[in-house]
Amino acid sequence: MTLTLKQSRRLQSVLLGTLAWAIAILIFFPIFWMVLTSFKTEIDAFATPPQFFFTPTLENYLHIQERSDYFHFAWNSVVISFSATLLCMLIAVPAAYSMAFYETQRTKRTLLWMLSTKMLPPVGVLMPIYLLAKSFGLLDTRLALIVIYTLINLPIVVWMIYTYFKDIPKDILEAARLDGATLWQEMVRVLLPISKGGLASTLLLSLILCWNEAFWSLNLTSSQAAPLTALIASYSSPEGLFWAKLSAVSTLACAPILIFGWISQKQLVRGLSFGAVK
Amino acid sequence: MNTSTAKAHMDIPQPLRKSRLRNPGWFLVSPSVGLLLLWMIVPLGMTVYFSLIRYNLLYPGENQFVGLENYTYFLTDSGFLPGATNTLLLVGSVLLISVVFGVLISALLEASEFFGRGIVRVLLISPFFIMPTVGALIWKNLIFHPVSGILAALWRVFGAQPVDWLAHYPLLSIIIIVSWQWLPFAILILMTAMQSLDQEQKEAARLDGAGPVAIFWHLTLPHLARPIAVVVMIETIFLLSVFAEIFTTTNGGPGYASTNLAYLIYNQALVQFDVGMASAGGLIAVIIANIAAIILVRMIGKNLTDKP
Repeated sequence: MTLTLKQSRRLQSVLLGTLAWAIAILIFFPIFWMVLTSFKTEIDAFATPPQFFFTPTLENYLHIQERSDYFHFAWNSVVISFSATLLCMLIAVPAAYSMAFYETQRTKRTLLWMLSTKMLPPVGVLMPIYLLAKSFGLLDTRLALIVIYTLINLPIVVWMIYTYFKDIPKDILEAARLDGATLWQEMVRVLLPISKGGLASTLLLSLILCWNEAFWSLNLTSSQAAPLTALIASYSSPEGLFWAKLSAVSTLACAPILIFGWISQKQLVRGLSFGAVK
Repeated sequence: MNTSTAKAHMDIPQPLRKSRLRNPGWFLVSPSVGLLLLWMIVPLGMTVYFSLIRYNLLYPGENQFVGLENYTYFLTDSGFLPGATNTLLLVGSVLLISVVFGVLISALLEASEFFGRGIVRVLLISPFFIMPTVGALIWKNLIFHPVSGILAALWRVFGAQPVDWLAHYPLLSIIIIVSWQWLPFAILILMTAMQSLDQEQKEAARLDGAGPVAIFWHLTLPHLARPIAVVVMIETIFLLSVFAEIFTTTNGGPGYASTNLAYLIYNQALVQFDVGMASAGGLIAVIIANIAAIILVRMIGKNLTDKP
């Protein structure tokens, strides 16, 4: 039997589609399995062979608060991520503004240098930061993490905002200036409204990075200021069967960021690729 | 812009325009540059100092100058060679996996229109947004676990003995976990890049008789050079200091089988309290990272800053 061109095109599309779906399901499977496990009883969660069909229970979610003080950790994550992100944006916007609109020969070198500070592996400065935090009484405080997250995300945030600002025609700002706008008015009244999409996605990326950061949070906090990453890591030592509860805690910890990510994927790409991809 | 302002702007005499455009840059940039400079210099300076003295938190007060002793100890430590090798293996394999599969999977998504492509996209990029500690623990307890993990069940279906992944193939397991987290990032970037490929150019090539492979090789891949550069750059930054995934799964073991430099130094510092040696190790990690950075910037830095 021979196929017409149209038929073979359709067949090809179905085959490729099936393959794509298979890969997507494979990659997504661990997350799906985590969510599924969070609705099992601990006995079902440990059952062999693994149970795909079971009577779902909300028990794990109901027990999270009493077993792990979930909201304490979640609140730390929220406070730390939002404070660090806002602080970072406040410092980065002026820098990106001047680099994008008053580009000099040094600008590109400065940008690359900023990025190169990200190349500094955190372990390289673990000891000094740990001891500094200790001597200032900042161990296990939110402030320490806020300051550190601000600094480690600063290069990426400056780059992203710079990329968005680069796409704004200079004429618009010049016109505002000729109408007598001060630098402050120019930024707040003209620049920020035009670039709110870009700024919003930068904000989102910074939030995601802060929320998921797990080197400094594991090393500098123990209980008082510990965010969700630390709570989850504390489940790594096996103390009996609590995988259903672990899954429930993890689902709660990841859900907000995952949904953020889904919504903003398009804008994130542009910023994350420093404008290489539009 | 309305025409009157545009016109006014044309009529401005040159000197005035120039003075209005005077660079306010330095004081706007300086907070960022200053803070980053402080962030680099103060801790790095302290690390250099600590690396030259004997400094163990368990033996306070014995801080005499020991020269390069900490470095020799660190470099001859039985963990250094495996640590360095594992770091390179981890970074290299994850980069390779995410670039190769990233290109293939995004090409697959672009190749044809099919049912639910939007959903497939969302599913594919999701792991990137998952906390590293969560990702690692899901893999450890729900996938790799030798008794109740999915893989164990799969092995049993085929009548094979389940494998204790993290105990017998620790580095491979960690490479799988980390790739699972970073492949979606590559897909996210590359997929979007492919959508911006000029369709007419592709059509023209097809009409000239180029097959899909030739089109992919001569048209799509060159178009992806810049996005691939970006993926390599960003991933290298994060992969050189993978920590949480090891911390929550294997603790670097068994032995040093899955210890990377980041984990080795953490171990010296906060488990054995040897600040001096940890600092020496930290500096060696910084040097390795900088070598990687210089090579990368040489290779792809141009790709990053130049507009296409």
